[in-house]
This record gives sequence, C-alpha cells and structure tokens, in this order.
Amino acid sequence: MTDLLPDLPKLHVGRQRDVLRAPHAALATTCIEVDPHSDDTVALAADLLATMDVSPGCVGLAANQIGVSARVFCLDVSAHPKARTCHGRFVLVNPVIEVATRKERAREGCMSVPDFTGDVRRASRLEIRGYLPGTAEPVLIKTDAFEARAIQHEVDHLDGLLFVDRVVDARALHPRQTYL
Amino acid sequence: MSNGDSYAITVVGHDRPGIIADVTGAIADLGGNLEDSSMTLLRGHFAWTLVVTGSDPVEIEHRLESLRHNGLRISVIALPEAPSHGDAGAVYVMSVHGGDRPGIVSALTKVIAEAGGNIVDLTTRLSGDLYVLVAEVVLPADTDIAVVERNLSEAATAVGVGVTLRPEDIDLL
Repeated sequence: MTDLLPDLPKLHVGRQRDVLRAPHAALATTCIEVDPHSDDTVALAADLLATMDVSPGCVGLAANQIGVSARVFCLDVSAHPKARTCHGRFVLVNPVIEVATRKERAREGCMSVPDFTGDVRRASRLEIRGYLPGTAEPVLIKTDAFEARAIQHEVDHLDGLLFVDRVVDARALHPRQTYL
Repeated sequence: MSNGDSYAITVVGHDRPGIIADVTGAIADLGGNLEDSSMTLLRGHFAWTLVVTGSDPVEIEHRLESLRHNGLRISVIALPEAPSHGDAGAVYVMSVHGGDRPGIVSALTKVIAEAGGNIVDLTTRLSGDLYVLVAEVVLPADTDIAVVERNLSEAATAVGVGVTLRPEDIDLL
C-alpha cells in the first residue's frame, strides 16, 4: 500500500557523499533543526537521495551519516518485502515522532556500523510529523511495519544514537556475516 | 585496533561482583588491549573468554595469579593468526529444543559439519527437562538446503527433539 505524500519539490541531482562509519563523532552527536526552505536543506536532501541511490541495500540515510548536523533524513522502502504501508521515496526535515506503539523485535544492520547487526525493539505503528524540503507545510506520516522501523532508525541517527545503543540484551549484538 | 600478537584468556569459576573489573584492570595496567570477548553465566558459573593484544602474556598470567585464589581458573594461551572465513556461504539460524538426553548437540552439529557448514555462534541451555540449542550456521553457497533440513530432521527425530533451520533475518537500514 502506498500512501501518497505531496510531491517532493523539484530537486537538482545531488552529490554522492561518503557514508561515515562509527566511531565517527558525527554519528554520536544530536543534529540541529534546520530551515526546510533553505537552499542548503534542499541541496542536502538531494545529496542524501543521491547517496542512498548508489548504496546497495540502503533504504534510508540520515544527514549526520554524511557528516551534516541537520535533522534531515531520506527513506525509500518501496522495494522491501517487509514494507506494508509505504510512502515511497521521500525526504523529511525536522521530524518529530508523535505516536509509536506496538513494539516488535527484529535484527537490524546499518551502513555506518557495517561489521555488526543487532536485535532491536521498535514500534510497528508510527505517526511522525515533519516538513518536505523546500516547503513550509508540515506533513503527517502514518505508517507501520518496516517503514515504521526504518524511520525510527533514521530518527535515532539524528539524535546521535545507533542501533547498538538499543540492542535488547548482551547477546543481541552479532558479528555481521558478509559472505554474500 | 589490533596491536601485535593475540592471546586468549579464559576465566571460569565462582561468580562474584568485580571479576571483570579485576581482570580488565590487570590487562590495562600492563598495556594490553581487550578485543573481542564473550562472558556469560553457565549454570551459575562465571565463564569468560577474551582475546587480548599488546602485552606480554606471561606478565598477564603472573598478574592474574592472585585472582586464582578467589575460586577462578584462569588460562592464558597464545593464538595463531586468525584464519580467514573461507568460502562464500549463507547464514542460517538453527534452533533445537526437546527433552534433555545425551547426544543432542553432537547429533545435530554432525549434520551441519557433514554439509560443510560452520557454526559461528552457539548457545545451549538446560532448564528442568527442557534442552534448547540456538546456533548460527554458515552453509556453503551451493548447499541444497532441503537436503540439510531433511538430514537435520532425521537426526533430531532420532534423539527426540525438534529442529528448525531458517535464514538469518536482517533488516539493513
């Protein structure tokens, strides 16, 4: 199921940026709110999408993963088999989670922590408010399942948290087997 | 950060508060660097294995000598360079549970070994009569999973337990 968001404003093609890896300090730092309208925010949105698009398996990217302290993330879970509700490919600025319920446990991996995976409990029902880049109108996203998990993972990045901060217990951190 | 030769320390014995602080304090004082480690309680006994670099294992062993008097068995052994992970494969989680009896682990892991699989993580627990095993298994990429599942099922039936083998389920974000 795809819930339509307003169309993203026309973005220029962004630059592919390097994705930072832990223990880089930027990944442990809370990002600051930014003006959704500003040229910098619109350019950042384009860079996030460009970087996500060339990163295999990547379904979301937070601004501090490319070294920018701004509360902006991009997401696209439309090709993921665990997605139910899906809002397509979008960028959200200054996101605020308003409702998070029905926690479920699953194992996550992250481009910024490539050598580990971890079991994390996250809400499977989510409502989040924010702005599309280049607009002044807030949007409310109501979602579930994998899109909800991915959004919470990205918002955690913006708060300086990695999934390793949320693993459910000491046996829930796993070396990532990268054989395939 | 790896720094020179690796050695393994094992610490097993009566559990009490402060064991980890004592052991890591000794390692840090001697300039050792703690890399991977895994600790748990096994039937209430403290059990810890550490890989350490950057210090003299003989000095470490000497320094840890005093802890042995507190009911701990400690060993320090040099490790050869870690082998590579080998050929490409796919990761599965094998879960086994059933009534406790001798031979469950050997019966099931023998099937994995015969399939060329490598167990990279393993937990077994006994509670009352219930025996539970969970293992992460890397199977060669060309493995016929249906055959492995059938062989596991036969082996499990023979020792009176149930077994499931499922692909590792990771959400990459």
